Formats: sequence, structure tokens, C-alpha cells
Amino acid sequence: MSAPEQRDEVEMLALMLLIRRFEERASQQYQAQKIGGFCHLYIGQEAVVVGAIAATRDDDYLITAYRDHAHALARGTSANACMAELFGKVTGCSRGLGGSMHYFDKARHMYGGHAIVGAHVPLAAGIALASKYRNEDRVTLCFFGDGAINQGAFHEALNMAGVLKLPVIFICENNLFAMGTSVERSTSLKQIVDRAEGYDIPGFIADGMNFREVRDKLTEVVEAIRQNSHPAFVEIRTYRYRGHSMSDPASYRTKDQLEKYRLDDPITRLRAQLTREGKLSNEQFDVMDKHAKDTALASVTFAEKSEEPPIEELYNYTYAP
Amino acid sequence: MSGDMREVTYRQALNEALAEELERDANVFLMGEEVAQYNGAYKVSQGLLDRFGPMRIIDTPISENGFAGMGVGAAMVGLRPIVEFMTFSFSLVAFDQVVNNATNMLTMSGGQFNIPITFRGPNGPAHQLGATHSHATECLYANFPGLKICTPATPRDAKGLLKTAIRDNNPVLVLESELLYSSKGMIEPADQELLIPLGEAELKREGSDVTIICYAQTVPLALAAAEALEEEEISAEVLDLRSIKPLDLHAILNSVAKTHRVVVAEQDRPYCGIGSEICYRIQKEIFDELDAPIARVSQEDVPMPYNERLEKAVLPSAEKIVAAVKKVCDA
Repeated sequence: MSAPEQRDEVEMLALMLLIRRFEERASQQYQAQKIGGFCHLYIGQEAVVVGAIAATRDDDYLITAYRDHAHALARGTSANACMAELFGKVTGCSRGLGGSMHYFDKARHMYGGHAIVGAHVPLAAGIALASKYRNEDRVTLCFFGDGAINQGAFHEALNMAGVLKLPVIFICENNLFAMGTSVERSTSLKQIVDRAEGYDIPGFIADGMNFREVRDKLTEVVEAIRQNSHPAFVEIRTYRYRGHSMSDPASYRTKDQLEKYRLDDPITRLRAQLTREGKLSNEQFDVMDKHAKDTALASVTFAEKSEEPPIEELYNYTYAP
Repeated sequence: MSGDMREVTYRQALNEALAEELERDANVFLMGEEVAQYNGAYKVSQGLLDRFGPMRIIDTPISENGFAGMGVGAAMVGLRPIVEFMTFSFSLVAFDQVVNNATNMLTMSGGQFNIPITFRGPNGPAHQLGATHSHATECLYANFPGLKICTPATPRDAKGLLKTAIRDNNPVLVLESELLYSSKGMIEPADQELLIPLGEAELKREGSDVTIICYAQTVPLALAAAEALEEEEISAEVLDLRSIKPLDLHAILNSVAKTHRVVVAEQDRPYCGIGSEICYRIQKEIFDELDAPIARVSQEDVPMPYNERLEKAVLPSAEKIVAAVKKVCDA
């Protein structure tokens, strides 16, 4: 089991690059109509999930909403399996039956990929209940966007997690917009983290454009939970460079706002930190970036060459034996 | 079955099923409103907290959507939750969790996550509870592939079906009945394992002139109707579906091929009710066996009124079943 302190920052940067390049490639393939349905990109938010991975163990549970490509990649699901899922192929991480919004990887404790806003938050409480039931020290990471905090399921889950002292971290990836509606227009709070107070759950804020801040804040929270089971809430302030989904031109926000966040890019920032500290050369970075691009491109070839799920298997997954 | 059979109530039978499965498998736990300290709103979980402790018998706040979802999450990691809805009318608040999460998960995950969960509680109209508390939800849930649904009408079926549901690797709805909780029936001795497979109907009474297809609350009504019809020299066969999904089509067709006349007595409403599907299946498979159009007895197609006289007018009854049988026998 890798302990958090063993996660190398250069490797974490490489993971952020892989996510970025994968998503860019997915965007291109979506525009080429190789990918159906909805496709929500994570570009800009990479430091959030990678920071969380850096703070946790491989056997901790992870569950997220529909903007889920990065969470699977961060957990080690291959780019091939992720791209093939977008193409609806049987080699996809959900055998082509889930699609972009329903990535699952049980072996890596990636519990989905859930597309009804807020509806997976009670699932996270249930997974955490199982940890407590079995007396394990595994923590559940539950990611969701700022839109989810106004759903009933979210409130019910936070309350029960509080009552039952469940080992779950509710991670709000606040990217300022729930679809096209800004937080100010949707949420009667000065700051999202205050939601936690209503359930007597400790709340924290972290800058989601800063990998180290996310990692360090979550490390602290995770260690406290392992010592003594309880829920926590972390509002991570981030930004998505793209629209809500591929079909959204994001005309509800200003170019200036987007530019401000682009200048604060999480990958650029971590790269600069590592370079300044002499831990990363430009050449090393270029090699890493090329590797990420090659991996993403190869995943497209893999997805194209993969088979569709067989029609004869249509009824195979309706009921378990 | 032997002389060792004993009489228990439907409520006791469910309690025995819960206790036996909790004893048998440490992954099984019970969760819901008032299930622990209060011993169950309808006392089905009486004594279980004392016996199994607060980690396995869990009181929840009034948050049906939340605790149903919490059960699904626990099932994702291999626990076998039993989630009690105080009534299935309240399951409508949790509809999203039952339908989107419990039921879709296996397919969405490409077969990685089955959800071994039991949702149980009373379903269908009770007595003057009004529109919000009287829903018969079986027809709503029956539309979703991935769910199994059973509807025990007797103490023996209640115990045997609930135990099977808990051991099933899929989401199963055990639709009990408030009106039946205090009813009595004969059942195997406590030390004898009683498992009744899902998807197996049972002939509750044999007959030759007409088949009354029923389930849950309409079973005692159908049996009363059959008794009344006997006096008029009409021999009615009473087929209790016991499970809505999977449906025991084989048993239905066998009985219809014998009697050639059918009345479906269902506890839900007529529009897209369970009876619609049964009528379709019968005519599709053995149209030539029918000597008369199939009749249905169901609720009237209105939200449930509170007034006792009106409620009675809405609900299926033995008298309505008798009238329907006479109609199909005269045809």
C-alpha cells in the first residue's frame, strides 16, 4: 500500500499532464463525433483530484460525479480503458455500458462516475458506513461540484454522516458554476464551506489551483479521520476552462475571468515550483509531456480498434447471478 | 410439512426471517426509521436491537432518499443491507436511489458492481390513510429492469421470501402489507430452514371453472370470493403470484389452460397496473384457451380518498371479485 508521503511530486505532475492531454484528446474526438452522449471535461481542475490522490492510500475509497475521467485516471485506470469507454467499446472501464459519466474501476476502488447531481453523496456515506462496520481505517473521498450542495440527497447524507461519525471527506470542487448558473445565483451562502457547519462537520478551504495546498490540507484531514472516525468537508476552489459539457460555449462568464485562472494554471504552477527547487528540468518536463500526449493518442487508436460490446451480452448485466 | 407446523403472525414470520439472516451472515444489517430503539413502527424488528446491537440495527433520521442511498453504497462494498421503508409510499421520496442507483449500477459499471440490497416495508392501501400513504407501488417498480419484487400474502411466504430476498445478489423489494401484519398462518418449525424462491407462484386453492390471479392483499379477498362462489357451484382456482418480478408465467398459463377463464385481482390501479401485463401475456401465449375476455378487479383510478365509504368504493373486495367471476363465467 503506498503511503501518501511516498507519492513523488514529479509523478503527480506527470499524472496531471496525462489527465490534461487525455481530456484534450477526448475533446477532439468528441468534435469528430467519435464519442456520443455528454462529455464533461475537467481541464483546469487537475490539482484537485491529484492532490487528493497524493494525500491518500490506494485502498481508500473514491467516488465522484459525472466529470469523472480524471478521477479514474488518477486512480490508475488506463487511458486506453478510459478512452475506450468514451467510444462505447467493450474494452472500456465499464465495458462500454456506462459512457463518459459512468466510469467504474472496482479493482482500484473507483466507485463511479455518477450522473444524477448529488445522488452519489449518500452512496459515499454508505461506503464509509461499511468501513466503520468492518472497523477498517479506510477513508472515503466523495467529490462533487458546487451544484450538488443544493440537492436534498447531499444534505441528508451530510446529516447522517455527522450523526454516525462516518469516515468520509466531502470534497466540493467549487468551479464557480453549476452548469451555467454561478454560485452567487444558486446558493444562499457567503461561502460554500459554511454548509458543513450546519451539520457540525469540520470544514476547510483549499486553493484548487495549487497542488501542494490541496495535498497538504487533505493529508491533515485524512490523518485526523484515521485517528478518530468522523466526516469532514473541504471546499476546493478551482475553475474549469471549458464549458459545463462539450455543447456549452460558456457564454455566461467573461474572458477576463477565464484568463485570470489560466494564468494560475495548476500544472504550470507545480512545474514552476519543482523547477525552481531544482527537482525538474525543462527536458524532463518535455519528456513527461510528450509521454502524456503519446499515451492519449495511443488510447484513441486502442479505442478505435476495440470491439463493440456484443449484442448477445445485452441481458448479461441486468441481474447478477 | 408435518404435524410440527405452528401458527405465527405475518409480523412474527418477518421478524424470524430477519433474525435468522442477521444471525447467519455478519454482512447483513437492518436500517430505517424507528427500527432499533422503537422496535419498528409496525414491530417487525422487535427485539433485534437488543440481540444484534446498534451497528447492525440502525435507526435513521427521516431521510428516505439519504438512507436508501446509504444502503446502496454499503452494498457496493459487499455488505447486505436491509432497508426498511416505514411504508413504500415513502419510498417515492427515495425513488431516485432505488431506481437510478440500486437498479442501474450493475449495468452502468459493466458488471462490476452488483447491489445485494433488500428494500422492505408495507405497501398498498391500509385503512383510511389518505392519498399520500396508500400507494401500491408494485406497478411503478415493475417497470425497471434490474429489480426483483415479491409480495408475500401469508406468514409462511413472508418468512420464506424475505430470507431469499436477503440472500439474493440483486436489489429486491419485499412488499409487505400493513393489513396483513397481524394475520395468522401455519409455518414450519423454527429450526427448519424456510426459503421460498422468487418467481414462483403458488396455488392457494384449486378449482376448475375460473382462475383468480392475485397477490398480497388481494389473496385473502380472492380466497373469500372463492369460498362464496363455491356456494353458487362455481369452482374458482386461486393463484397467488407471490412475486411480481420475475413473474411465474408458467404457473399462470397452466392454470388458465385448465380453467379457460380469468379474473386478475390486483391491489394497484388499473392504468398500466400489474393486471395489464398479465392480460397481455395470457393472450399472447394462449389466446385460444380463453373462453371469455379477462376481467380485472383493481383500485378505482383516483387518488385515495380519506372517507371510509369512498375508500371502500375504491378498493378491490371479495364482492367485486365475485361479481367479476360471474361475469366471465356468464360470457
